[in-house]
Amino acid sequence: MFLSGFGPLILAGTWVTLKLSLLSLILSMLIGLAGASSKLAKASLLRGWATAYTTLIRSVPDLVLMLLLFYSLQLGLNQCTEALGMEQIDIDPFLAGVVTLAFIYGAYFTETFRGAFLSVPAGQIEAAIAYGMTPWQSFRRVLFPQMMRFALPGIANNWQVLIKATALVSIIGLADIVKATQDAGKATMQMFLFAVVGALMYLLITTVSNLLLIWLENHYSAGVRKAVL
Amino acid sequence: MSDIIQNYWQAWLWNDGYHVSGVAMTLWLLIASVACGFCLSIPLAVARVSSRRWISGPVWFYTYVFRGTPLYIQLLIFYSGVYSLHVVRSVDLLEHFFREGLNCTILAFALNTCAYTTEIFAGAIRAIPYGEIEAARALGMSPWVKYTRIIIPAMLRRALPYYSNEVILMLHATTVAFTATVPDILKVARDVNAATYASFEAFGIAAVLYACIAFALVGLFRLCENRWLAFLRPMGH
Repeated sequence: MFLSGFGPLILAGTWVTLKLSLLSLILSMLIGLAGASSKLAKASLLRGWATAYTTLIRSVPDLVLMLLLFYSLQLGLNQCTEALGMEQIDIDPFLAGVVTLAFIYGAYFTETFRGAFLSVPAGQIEAAIAYGMTPWQSFRRVLFPQMMRFALPGIANNWQVLIKATALVSIIGLADIVKATQDAGKATMQMFLFAVVGALMYLLITTVSNLLLIWLENHYSAGVRKAVL
Repeated sequence: MSDIIQNYWQAWLWNDGYHVSGVAMTLWLLIASVACGFCLSIPLAVARVSSRRWISGPVWFYTYVFRGTPLYIQLLIFYSGVYSLHVVRSVDLLEHFFREGLNCTILAFALNTCAYTTEIFAGAIRAIPYGEIEAARALGMSPWVKYTRIIIPAMLRRALPYYSNEVILMLHATTVAFTATVPDILKVARDVNAATYASFEAFGIAAVLYACIAFALVGLFRLCENRWLAFLRPMGH
């Protein structure tokens, strides 16, 4: 039988991994945009908070942050519910995984987007203001589309790191690829085979996303002239 | 908080009463794996930029596989996977090696960082101005002399900023070592958490320790860059 009947379990684990990484990608990109805007803002308080956020998050390993956030979120919630006299609410590990991953990778996206915003020539924004666009219009029509072109290599890089970081969520109890293949390996006493299967699933995901990202990069760099050597 | 520090400060820093643990263990993991990876990656990087496909192809495959899969899975393959094979159990030497969690961890970490470092170094070789290499050839240097005197020193200097990034990422990656029963900082944090239920304090102290090591490494690499990359700075008057 294919993979001793553990095929569906592993596919379910792969689906969890994909869902988790896509959801946290979207959320962390939103955090990154907000973070980059506050890092480039005039208000010094906002800048200070954003700088503290990115420096702190990027200097501490993601697994430590994951455990820190996961356990303390639950403990904090327990204290809240106890104080209010309610029953204990258990945090869903999937939700906790998405939130912690988004919070961590939001810091990396903040730096990516900040660099990309700075790469857009100032004249473009000045032209938008000269046309009488509101700040939102100039952001949506001028700044954002050009910023994406510069941000894409950084986004691609962060995405690859993020997918690989999702392997750690099995440590906080999520049934992802790692958990599924480890369970299958323990049940069949074929640890090596199933660990390799898990690795191949990840390799498949990274390969497909690599191809997609190359296509996206070509798409967004339409109209950019490159020097022919 | 002060109780935790008073009771466990030795375990956090270097010894939990039985063996090396905490910061000392994390640093040992980092140094051992980065040193092995560094030594292996120099010849591999030279092979990676070779124009002969049969030399650069296998190296490309190696870095592709190791950079495309999570380190945690690689560790699981080496730690629980390889040891479950009959071949390994029947050979005495292999059996001794793979039974020890620390050996498997360092092997997995070294192979992983070696893959990333190889790509960094290969990129640095491609970035060397062609004039430097042509000058070496024009002076009649043999390939060996050309590599040891010109290409590899130039590669190491230019790769330094990217290499420092990789070392910091490796420090962050050492946190998965506790899954192979290696008593690093995070293992101590989990023990403290299990003993006291003070999760925030336990993991918070671990986070602070990791941040301190990361900042120290950043400072160290900045010193190195000031020394070895001085020639790339714009000249002042």
